[in-house]
Amino acid sequence: MTGGDTTTPADRTTSVDGTKAGGTQRADKTMTADEAVARLASGMTVGIGGWGSRRKPMALVRALLRSDVRDLTVVSYGGPDVGLLVAAGRVRKLVAAFATLDSIPLEPHFRAARQRGEVELVELDEAMFMWGLTAAAHRLPFLPVRAGLGSDVMTVNPWLRTVTSPYGDGEELVAVPALTLDAALVHLNRADARGNAQYLGPDPYFDDLFCEAAREAYVSCERIVDSAEFTRRAGPQTLLVQRHCVTGVVEAPGGAHFTSCVPDYDRDEAFQAAYAAAAADPAAWREFAARFLSGDEEAYRAAVADFAEGAA
Amino acid sequence: MSAAPAGRAEVCVVACAEAWRGNGEVLAAPMGVVPAIGARLARLTFAPDLLLTDGEALLVADVPALGAKARAVEGWLPYRRHLALVAGGRRHVMMGAAQLDRHGNQNISCIGDWRRPARQLLGVRGAPANTLNNPTSYWIPRHSPRVLVEKVDMVSGVGYDRAAAAGPSATRFHRIPRVVTDLAVLDFETPGRTMRVRSLHPGVTAAELRAATGFPLEVPRDVPRTRLPSAEELRLIREVIDPDGLRAREVRG
Repeated sequence: MTGGDTTTPADRTTSVDGTKAGGTQRADKTMTADEAVARLASGMTVGIGGWGSRRKPMALVRALLRSDVRDLTVVSYGGPDVGLLVAAGRVRKLVAAFATLDSIPLEPHFRAARQRGEVELVELDEAMFMWGLTAAAHRLPFLPVRAGLGSDVMTVNPWLRTVTSPYGDGEELVAVPALTLDAALVHLNRADARGNAQYLGPDPYFDDLFCEAAREAYVSCERIVDSAEFTRRAGPQTLLVQRHCVTGVVEAPGGAHFTSCVPDYDRDEAFQAAYAAAAADPAAWREFAARFLSGDEEAYRAAVADFAEGAA
Repeated sequence: MSAAPAGRAEVCVVACAEAWRGNGEVLAAPMGVVPAIGARLARLTFAPDLLLTDGEALLVADVPALGAKARAVEGWLPYRRHLALVAGGRRHVMMGAAQLDRHGNQNISCIGDWRRPARQLLGVRGAPANTLNNPTSYWIPRHSPRVLVEKVDMVSGVGYDRAAAAGPSATRFHRIPRVVTDLAVLDFETPGRTMRVRSLHPGVTAAELRAATGFPLEVPRDVPRTRLPSAEELRLIREVIDPDGLRAREVRG
């Protein structure tokens, strides 16, 4: 993305480690969050799954914050993933229809960065965004949509083009370009070592589309399970992401915290409120970042447990 | 014992509910507390075929109180299917607005220059798709010249003039049935498709409404009054749908 890059996500890595995947053995794609992020490079276009403050791959985002990857184009139904990356100065360009914490309507870091003129924004409608990902997943240069016509989405993105129906109706529609991703980061409830992943909540969001629109996809999950376990208590339609588009699998219990990951856990509203309060003030944010974001994921979990104890 | 007379919030609830009258089997998608009560009231009374969500991915089979869980689920509507439903048009949404102009252009994105806004708000979200695909009404809990403006800063929801300028694909399914505010009900049923007063809420004067509107708004001498809730509607609002009185937090007076 965004102005005419229509390359397709064909060049996928199906195996990470030849020694694990050799012969008749099945590929084991498990890796740590830091190993996943080490495969990303500055300047990449990275799609982040979930929606708002729901099932965001926060452990992977936190790993990204520990890396030196920067100048990212982030494509997201934005939540605190966007906020954290923007606050850390990792985002050159954001492709989004919103950034929100849901129970707190405005993402504070996103808001502050926009008001300082610090982040380049490609502001799209929610449906345009979905069709852009769909076009990328289908290896199409664009898909036509009605959404956008007449709105200032067309004004602030003057490179957006319309297309005229070749049939009798002659309708003129917006040609939403493919949102092709270098990498996708998503978090699901369960996954197996080969990259199949399962959601157990009520909404898949667009995590499958993000993975299919990307050259490489990294799936974190609450728990890695044996493939046979998937359909023991849930229907096969919960198997949202298939291994053929997954490069790496990361076991990250609590990996969506502080966003929701139902039915494993709800949003941590107390923690989110503390995040938002800290984000409103530079000194408070430095303190928050030092307390929660200066160590690894284990240190994060310990700091969160400590926070919960203090709040109880 | 007779019940207390209807307050302004309850008049607004009924005015919102009326937006969905006669809509049939479509999704009522309310944004805000008063529209949410209104949609449930409509379904419990004169619009029983409306579909309602739990605010997440489920269509509810019964009508729970605000904040309560539905006892039964009748359908699945995750975001991907919700966006498809918008495009198919079987939905009537009532959105909020940080700014709304006389043509019905709405802004929820940002205040000031888009390139570096004075106040970043939500972003356009689904407003461009909503307005071009399914009927879109608006709910303004604080009618003021800062909201009802001459010109919006970032057209998120498309108004009649902008849709017309964009051509037949934009106007094909574009419709803004009504705007409900804490002072009045407005619509666009004029030859020029500009905003007119449909009814004034009880106790609101024409002068008050004009002073609270940031563009010239004609208020005919014989403009009707917004109807009061019936005794049964008041009971449903107070005892069944919003027993905790959340509506009073959104509407003053």
